[in-house]
Amino acid sequence: MTKGKKILMYGFLIIASFISVFPLYWMVSAATNKSADVLSGRIIPGGYLVENFKNLLANQDVFRALGNSFKYAIILTVVSMVICSLAGYGFEIYHDKAKDLVMSVILLAMMVPFVATMIPLFQMFSKAGWLNSTIGFILPTISTPFLIMMFRQSARSFPHDIIEAARIDGLSEIAIFFRMFMPTMRSTYAAAATITFMNAWNNYLWPKVIMTDAESITMPMVVANLTQGYVTDYGMLMLAVLICTLPTAIVFFCLQKSFAEGITGAVK
Amino acid sequence: MSKPSKKKFMSLERRHNLTGWVFLAPAALLILFMSFVPMVKALLLSFQTGTGAAMKYADPIWMNYVQMTKDTVFIQSLKNTFLYLIIQVPVMLVLALILASILNNRQLRFKGLFRTMIFLPCATSLVAYATVFRTLFANNGLINLVLVNLGILDQPYSFLTNVWSARIIIVIALLWRWTGYNMVFYLSGLQNIEYSIYEAAKIDGASPMQTFFKITAPLLKPTILLTAIMSTNGTLQLFDESVNLTDGGPANASITMSHYIYNMSFKYVPKFGYAAAMSFLILILVAILAFVQMKVGDKRD
Repeated sequence: MTKGKKILMYGFLIIASFISVFPLYWMVSAATNKSADVLSGRIIPGGYLVENFKNLLANQDVFRALGNSFKYAIILTVVSMVICSLAGYGFEIYHDKAKDLVMSVILLAMMVPFVATMIPLFQMFSKAGWLNSTIGFILPTISTPFLIMMFRQSARSFPHDIIEAARIDGLSEIAIFFRMFMPTMRSTYAAAATITFMNAWNNYLWPKVIMTDAESITMPMVVANLTQGYVTDYGMLMLAVLICTLPTAIVFFCLQKSFAEGITGAVK
Repeated sequence: MSKPSKKKFMSLERRHNLTGWVFLAPAALLILFMSFVPMVKALLLSFQTGTGAAMKYADPIWMNYVQMTKDTVFIQSLKNTFLYLIIQVPVMLVLALILASILNNRQLRFKGLFRTMIFLPCATSLVAYATVFRTLFANNGLINLVLVNLGILDQPYSFLTNVWSARIIIVIALLWRWTGYNMVFYLSGLQNIEYSIYEAAKIDGASPMQTFFKITAPLLKPTILLTAIMSTNGTLQLFDESVNLTDGGPANASITMSHYIYNMSFKYVPKFGYAAAMSFLILILVAILAFVQMKVGDKRD
């Protein structure tokens, strides 16, 4: 590489990195500053974090929203892992023409935008009494074509010898799945769980539709409520944003590799 | 091991076949009832009019669809959504592709650090980053402060309440949130390309431009196609940013289709029939654009 090219490359990367990181840095630092300091352009962290937190608690029931978000996202992730991996495994290990056909129909569901199903789902769920409930939150997104495809892909690399050996040992088909497939595919599960948890946590439109009760709202909804209510306390607002971002940021840092594999996983 | 009779073997085969169906049934049924059934219901609903339990078929049956063509806010939302699509998606994909090719360079140092930093925006929830951008670009926000202090502006510019700046800020915010996401797809695609091909090209005296257009782009074509379809799909359904960044404003100048459909269904007096008709139009657009992209993707072979 010539020197000029090198400078150009690093320069581009440094600018891109700075733009990517700065808003997040600013969010963290603003969460620790008084609103007036934020407005005067202070970008270094201050000592107002506890005060902001007190204000936030007085304004919104953050703990309840956090609890709701964790409850919805964790239950959805667990159920979704079981249902989708079972399906992906079923499609691949026992595949025949009929199942392949069903799979291609399922893939078509990827093209159905959520807004197009949202209104009938709302009607169905309000009739069933599922508004403001965990089941209402999770049901539409438990089974996704993306995850099924991802697990089908991983089942492809699962050795048939293991299945045959387990059958000879007298293991039932479901036991083979739970005791052989699941432990072997730990990395696929990690990737799939990461992506599912993040999507569930970040989901905004669907909870906004069905969580009509203040008791049931999620953390992103709390943040949205704060901006809609003409709050000018920027320190407090950014703290709420920070709290809303922390769980996904932690998952992101711990499982960055899984996350990257997760979003690109089904494509290989 | 006893030798199974032919009859027993058949039944075992059939039992395995059945097991497969049982395994995939919960997921398949969920998709049927959570995607396809509501989709059909939305289509039926789109021909109806009225509120709540008093829904009835419209007369003429395509009334909702005719109404769309006269609804200036809807037409505005359609224009906005396509504006975001046409500007943001290509710029983002090109940027992501450039970043990925730079990061794929073997001689580059701090590769992991750069990748993590550029990928970092994906860790934020859509509502969260929209709120951060709204605050940064507010009248009394940091961007205005910096621009005024640098002497670029005489007084704070109202980014979020001017028509074009509001739209451009949505595009900027989208670029910020999703470029790293797409870059990761390209990086994983690039890793599947043998590095020796690049070395051979270098020995043959290929310029970086030639290398990019003759080697990288063709080999990454399936990935590029996939990200294009995903981004198109995502942009057509844009909601969180329109609600939380500009609130669709000023005066619906930056509103997206999904945001307008939401408002029609849940914010004002619910017009489920009309909203369903608009949502069905999005479904058709998604299908058409995916089809076109796949056709274009095939042709270049």
